[in-house]
Formats: sequence, C-alpha cells, structure tokens
Amino acid sequence: MARRLTPWRWAVLGLAALYFLVPLAASVIFTVDDPGGISFDAYTKILSTGGFVSSLLLSLELAVATIVVVLLLMVPAVVALRLGAPRLRPVVEVVCSLPLVVPPIAFVAGIVTVLKWGPDHLSRTPLFQTFVAIQNPNFPVVLVLAYVVMALPFVYRALDAGLRAIDVRTLVEAARSCGASWPKALLRAVLPNLRGALLNASFLTLALVLGEFTVAQLLGYQPFAVWIYNVGSDQAQMSVAVSVLSLLVTWALLLALAGVGGGRNRTAPSRG
Amino acid sequence: MTTALPRTDVAPVASAKRRRRAPGWLAVLPLLVFTAVAFGLPALAILDGAFTTKDATTGATSYTGANMTASLHGAYLTALLGSVKLSAISAVLGALFGLPLAQAVASSRSRALREAVLTASGVLANFGGVPLAFAFVATLGNAGVLTLHLGLKDSGWDLYSFWGLVLVYLYFLIPLMVLTITPALDGLRVQWREAALNNGATGTQYWRHVALPVLAPSLLGGFVLLFGSAFAAYATAAAMVGSAVPLVTLQIADALSGNVLVGQENVALALSLDMVLVAGLVMAVYLPLQRRSARWLDA
Repeated sequence: MARRLTPWRWAVLGLAALYFLVPLAASVIFTVDDPGGISFDAYTKILSTGGFVSSLLLSLELAVATIVVVLLLMVPAVVALRLGAPRLRPVVEVVCSLPLVVPPIAFVAGIVTVLKWGPDHLSRTPLFQTFVAIQNPNFPVVLVLAYVVMALPFVYRALDAGLRAIDVRTLVEAARSCGASWPKALLRAVLPNLRGALLNASFLTLALVLGEFTVAQLLGYQPFAVWIYNVGSDQAQMSVAVSVLSLLVTWALLLALAGVGGGRNRTAPSRG
Repeated sequence: MTTALPRTDVAPVASAKRRRRAPGWLAVLPLLVFTAVAFGLPALAILDGAFTTKDATTGATSYTGANMTASLHGAYLTALLGSVKLSAISAVLGALFGLPLAQAVASSRSRALREAVLTASGVLANFGGVPLAFAFVATLGNAGVLTLHLGLKDSGWDLYSFWGLVLVYLYFLIPLMVLTITPALDGLRVQWREAALNNGATGTQYWRHVALPVLAPSLLGGFVLLFGSAFAAYATAAAMVGSAVPLVTLQIADALSGNVLVGQENVALALSLDMVLVAGLVMAVYLPLQRRSARWLDA
C-alpha cells in the first residue's frame, strides 16, 4: 500500500520543503546581498551594534529566572499530585490551562492596568515600593511573573508526561525504606528520573522567553525580540541576519534536546 | 478570579484526609498563590476595567456596559471581525495543508524522515513573532529577494495585506497542525484498513467511512488550536503590516500605547475581554475534542 502512494508522498514533501526552505534561503541571500557582490557585513556588525549584547543578556537572565521560578512552583506541585493530593489534580489542571484562554495581548492589557494601580491608589502604602521594584528596568521582575504564567501550560504538560512514565510512589517508597529523608528521596530518586521532562520544560520556557515580544514591548522593556524589531526599522539586513541566527540557535537547542531527552513534547508555546 | 476560589474550597478537604503524612496540598499551595496574584490580578483588572467608565469632568467612575458596546461597534468591530476572518481562513488552510504532510510522514517507513519532519515542525511552530515577519519581508516584501527576481510587484503582489498575513501565518500553523495530527494518524491501525479492503472497500471508501470519522475529532481539535494560535498572534502582524490590516490585537496595542483618544484605555480592556471570550470558546471546544480523540488513540 505504502509503495503505491510514493509519488504522491514525494510531491507533498517537495512542496512543503519548497514553502519552508525558500523564505530561509531568501533571507540568507537578502543578508549577504550587496551592490558590489557578496558581503557578510550584516553578520559581522551585529556584535558591535548598540543594544545587542544588553538585550540578549536581559533575555537570557529573564529566561533563567523564569525557568527557575516555574520549576520551583511546578515540580513540587505535580509530584504532590501523584503522591499525596490526587484530588487537587483538576484544580491544578484548570489553573495551568487558564493562561491559554487569555491571549498575551489581553494579559498585558491587564498587567498595565494593575501596574497603574500603584501610582493611582497605593502611593502612600508600602506596597508602592513593591510596584516600583518589580518594574526595575535593569531586571523587570514583572516580566518574569508574566512569563511564568505564560509557561505554566507547557511546563505542566511536559512534567505530567514525564511523571506518567515513572512510578513515583514506588520510587519514593523504595528510597524511604532505604532510609532516605523526604527531601532526599525527591532530590535523589525522583528528580534524576525526571531529567528528560525537566529539560523539555526548560527548553520550552527558554524558547518562549527568548521569542516573547508582546508583553515586553507593551510594558516598554527591550529584551531580544523587541531589539530585533527596533533594529529592523533602520537596518533591515541586520535584523534579518539576526532573525536567521535566532532560528539556527533554536534549531540547535531543539536538536540537542531531542538527543538528550527524547524530545517528546514538541507543542509550541504561543508566539504572542 | 477563578484561580482564588478552588484553593479555599479544596484545601480543607485535602488537609483533613492527609493529616498525618506530609500534606500534599502544601506543595501545591505556592503555585495557587502565585497564579492568584500574577494571573488573577490582571484577569480581575480586565474584568473590572471592561465595565468601568470614568467621567471626564468629575473623575468619578461607574460600572457600565458602555465599553463593551463600544468594543463591538465601528472600527473595533471591524478589527474583531478581521481577526476572526484571518484566523479562520489561516486555520482552515493550515489544517488542509498540514493533514497531507502529516500523512506523508506518518505513512512513511523511513524513521529519519519522520524524525526530521517532526523536529523541523517543532522548531517552525515556535518560529513566530518578529523573526518570522522579517524573514518574509526579506523574501516577499517590497525589496524582497523573490519580489525583485520574479518581478512580482508588477503582477500586483503585496505582502502587507490580508493574504500576505495568511501566507506568513501558515508558516507556523502548518507545522503546528503536523504536530497535532500526527499522533492521531499514527493511531489509525493497519488492521482497520485491511479489514475495510477485505470487505471490498476502495481506498477512497476507507478514508470516507473509516479513517476520516476516526480522525474527525482530532482534525477539528487541530483546526480550533490553529484558530486560537492565529487569533492571539500579535508580534508577526505588528512587525509586518503595522496597522494596514485591521486586527483586534493591533487595536489593543494601539489603545494601550496611547495612540488613540484619551479615555479609550478601558475600551482596550473591553476588547481584551472579547478576545478572552473567543479564546475561551475555542478552548471549550478543543478540550472535549482532544479527550474524545485520545479515547481512540489509547485503545
């Protein structure tokens, strides 16, 4: 049966390859195209362009902070769902699906409104200092808060799939009867078995934060994606060059992940 | 708002059951508190702002439906309908093109091809936003490589239009469809096909009466997911068309950046609420469908 379908399959794959590769190839041509021939200026100038290093660093810092916070919140919760509180599963499932119902642009509209409460209503209370602190332009904590919320659905799905593959209860009971304390049982028996799922969740979060544009732009910060956007207005070649590079980096990360963790959950975070 | 409620409802029940051991709900509590603050507050703000109007002269606020009414009239309604139309068309096309691609991969015996296409889909489904817009501008924009070499401009091609956006959106929607539908195609068992053929069915009849009915929930679920994804997309459109195509996400961003009349901020919140309602509807359709298709695949 499969044999008879072969020409049809090659046609489909060929068309798909054409559609997906042409823009990439054209982008590369666009970046090296120069009136005098071929020039790699667009790539060599990236590093020296103002804002590149600082915006990339900001994005990476935000990504690390988001990954740490979301894992600290989610790992104990999903492990507890397996061990002690199965009745809470629907609650956690609903909580982790809610961000899917609020598109990033609507979410940021809500955040902007909440942040306005600070100067409007709370300027005489100690809470006002908190509002100022989370909007520190050097490290906007408010972005971490938003990204953690936006990452919840993907992290939950990745961790839940990982936990489904192992028998948490038996692992913990075995560790406990060998004399391990509760924290030790979790750290030394459960977490190592979750390595693939943790990597998966971290990668999805990393991809989400590095590519996130909506929330950061409307709150007035300049992480990587916003920087590409701003550069694009006067240096078209370079912004395309950075776009191509960012795709290659994402590809490399995903391939690395597929190699390490089996890469099971590939569903995309929303791209805002 | 909904995030805060279950915590108070469920926690006592769980604590009563698990008094002697390490209480499980304690581990879930930080997550619930965090979402109540980081998600609950903005959600409340949308809900509150969408129904609040501020009197320009007295500064007094009152609860009205004026913002919601305004968000469903004039330019705002055009933008909302534009978003729905764009998402629906892109989702239909994404599903139509994604299905044969996924079938070509699922029916292939080559493991390498399968892995390559699925990994590529994972990357491309994530390749949204600003970089995607710029890649297409470099390819098919006014000074794009293909536009110049093929002389597309003379034939009336314009990337910064409705159909230009559809073409760009498909770049991440088709891979998303492939990722969503491939597990369902893998679940179609060879025995079903053999049984149908042994009973004298043709290939077309097999697809019409066996495969498609089994796939229908997954297909519809994939379509709905694509719709939601396209509906929420903002960065690609903002980087590409500015405001040449009326979209609800662009309208909200405009209102938030103060590009419109003073006092319209709350209309942005009303528009956000409209979006949440549409996205909620999408999820309400998607989740049961996903469960339904999971029943066939796990069996």
